[in-house]
Amino acid sequence: MGEPLLAARGIAKRYGAREALRGVDVEVHVGELVAIIGPNGAGKTTLLSILAGVQPPSAGTLTLATGGSAGIGWVPQQSALYSRLTVAENLELFVHLEGASDPHDAVQSMLAQTGLGERAGERVERLSGGNRQRVNIALGLLSDPAVLVLDEPSSSLDPRQRERLWQFILGLSERGRCVLFSTHNVSEAERYADRVLVLADGELIFSGSPVELARAAGADPAAFAQADPAAPSAGAGEASPRGRLDFEGAFVEFLRERGH
Amino acid sequence: MLGKDLRILARSRLLVGVLVVYPIAVALLIGLAISRAPSKPKVAVLNLSPPGASVELGGRRVDVGHYYSGLFSQVQVVPVATRAQAVAAVESGRVLAAIVIPANIATRLSSVTSQAQIEVIYNGEALEQSFVHSTIEAALAQANLELSDQIRGLAATVIGDLVKGGSLGVPGAPQNLPGLRRIPGIVHGVLRHEPPGAQRTALSQVAEFAEFAAQNLGISGRVLQTVSRPIAVRSTLLRGRRTPLDAYAVVVAVSISLMFVCVLLAAGGIALEREEHTLSRLLRRGPASAAGSGHARGRRGVGRPLVSRELLLAEKLLLAAGCSLVLALAMLAGIGAFVGLEWSRAALWLLALAAGALAFGALGIAIGALAREVRAASLLAFLLSLPLAFLALVPAGAVAGGLYDVIRVISLVFPYKAALQALDAAVNRSSPGLAISLVHLLALTVLFGGLARLGLRRVE
Repeated sequence: MGEPLLAARGIAKRYGAREALRGVDVEVHVGELVAIIGPNGAGKTTLLSILAGVQPPSAGTLTLATGGSAGIGWVPQQSALYSRLTVAENLELFVHLEGASDPHDAVQSMLAQTGLGERAGERVERLSGGNRQRVNIALGLLSDPAVLVLDEPSSSLDPRQRERLWQFILGLSERGRCVLFSTHNVSEAERYADRVLVLADGELIFSGSPVELARAAGADPAAFAQADPAAPSAGAGEASPRGRLDFEGAFVEFLRERGH
Repeated sequence: MLGKDLRILARSRLLVGVLVVYPIAVALLIGLAISRAPSKPKVAVLNLSPPGASVELGGRRVDVGHYYSGLFSQVQVVPVATRAQAVAAVESGRVLAAIVIPANIATRLSSVTSQAQIEVIYNGEALEQSFVHSTIEAALAQANLELSDQIRGLAATVIGDLVKGGSLGVPGAPQNLPGLRRIPGIVHGVLRHEPPGAQRTALSQVAEFAEFAAQNLGISGRVLQTVSRPIAVRSTLLRGRRTPLDAYAVVVAVSISLMFVCVLLAAGGIALEREEHTLSRLLRRGPASAAGSGHARGRRGVGRPLVSRELLLAEKLLLAAGCSLVLALAMLAGIGAFVGLEWSRAALWLLALAAGALAFGALGIAIGALAREVRAASLLAFLLSLPLAFLALVPAGAVAGGLYDVIRVISLVFPYKAALQALDAAVNRSSPGLAISLVHLLALTVLFGGLARLGLRRVE
């Protein structure tokens, strides 16, 4: 696989006496689409916010091999936008703060990429949840980052908006962008991720492909091989139901075997 | 960032409306209240004494009307015909109180054995009671003093007649009295022709007594003055100069408005960044780069935030301070149309308001950095500002010594009292001087700015 683009070693985070993360190692390689799954309180958001630089770790190191492109784009779970500004104004503000050499070009390019050109003059507070999340992602992409980190990007979207969002993210991945996302929806990890990281109680307990996770839990890998991850779906439970259900079952079984 | 915040502010129509209307409304209200306030409270008066009733003292008459004029000069009289009308006027709030002057007031005043009495009718509300008591009692004290002066003057005239001679004006009293001063001369004239003996000795004693009495009664005027006004007031102002109450009211109103607007805007500005979740985007730092830094599109270095915490706090502080400063200046100028203010000191007003705005802004960003949402920040700002203003206005001696020390400490560590003193010094030349208050405010700006920086350590 070569040198990782982003490497996190021994990441720990403490809030007083509580340990939110314990010695987590994460590596992300160029073009990879990595999902972080786990039960509530597992430390998914904490890990992603540390990787994105929102908060420092209590221990551990983070290294980014920047090469030509650089930085990490951050897309928080709740859209971090100024609701009283328009889409274009939000983009312009952050483009200026990023110190872009050609702000106008950067804004137009992002509007085109996210398909928000027609909504550029609309205030964010009047946008649908799906469009708001697209602006949220657009801001994460403004600096043309090597790695895009998304915290539960589809959690507040309806099935149709969710499908459009994943098509957009898959497009980014196909263009060589490294994407790291967390999700509660295990079927999303199964369908879209190249690699799955399982966090529980602040510890990384698994890292591998969805098939390897199923195998580790004793499920039938053939079921996953038959399921087409790229198959269009209006939402969970509609496409390749057998494979998804098996994966959900395998994930639950995997956690149960490890006492979570 | 400043442009973005101004744009957001401009799109918050309600807030902009309040910011524009508030200073105009408050300036008008205060200006009208101060310039057109009835300096005398309205009091219903039921005068049951007969017209022309007079008090007879030493055979001379003092018109009771003089007494009323002393009493009524302190209030705005609303005449009523019956006691029931007086009660109704008080109950309806048309008048602050009612005074009933009994029919026998002249008789009572003339007697030396019983006090004259008037009846005061007022409502049972605590503040009103206090105001009525102080106003009516002050009016009565003034009227009593005037009556006392009249009686003293009358007594002095009678004593003067006794000493100098003339007519006493008392019915039945002899006319063209010689006066005590002339008696010794008259007696000594008689004594020249009187042979020594018991008669001459007795006449000599009469002459000595008359001389002694004339000398001592001569100072009776001053004695009566001392008796009627035993204590005179001589005021000594220790610091600064006398501040007119209306000018101080202007300073209080403007400083309170400055505090509310500035603290609320600054606290709300920071809290809004948290509420919109943009704080994490603005302040996050990327991880260390293994192969140098630099973006394909952006020039910001890896590991540096989009905006530093210090810059973000300073921007919110300056925005709030700027808006509240404009508002306070507008208020001061508006009220200045009604109240005489020294416009030549406008530069000092600006200095005092600017220092106050900076300190209030620092307090606001400290509150905003602690609060997680705009509503909580606004509530906290209100809950803190109201008692601060109240405590700063508590005068020394109004509460127990220990409690006043606590109030002084609170006033020292929060900016309202210092801002009030700075503005009072700038507008009214009061003390402590402007320089001390400015230094105090700048120290508080640094203190609360530091607290805000600490509060912003944790982003999410």
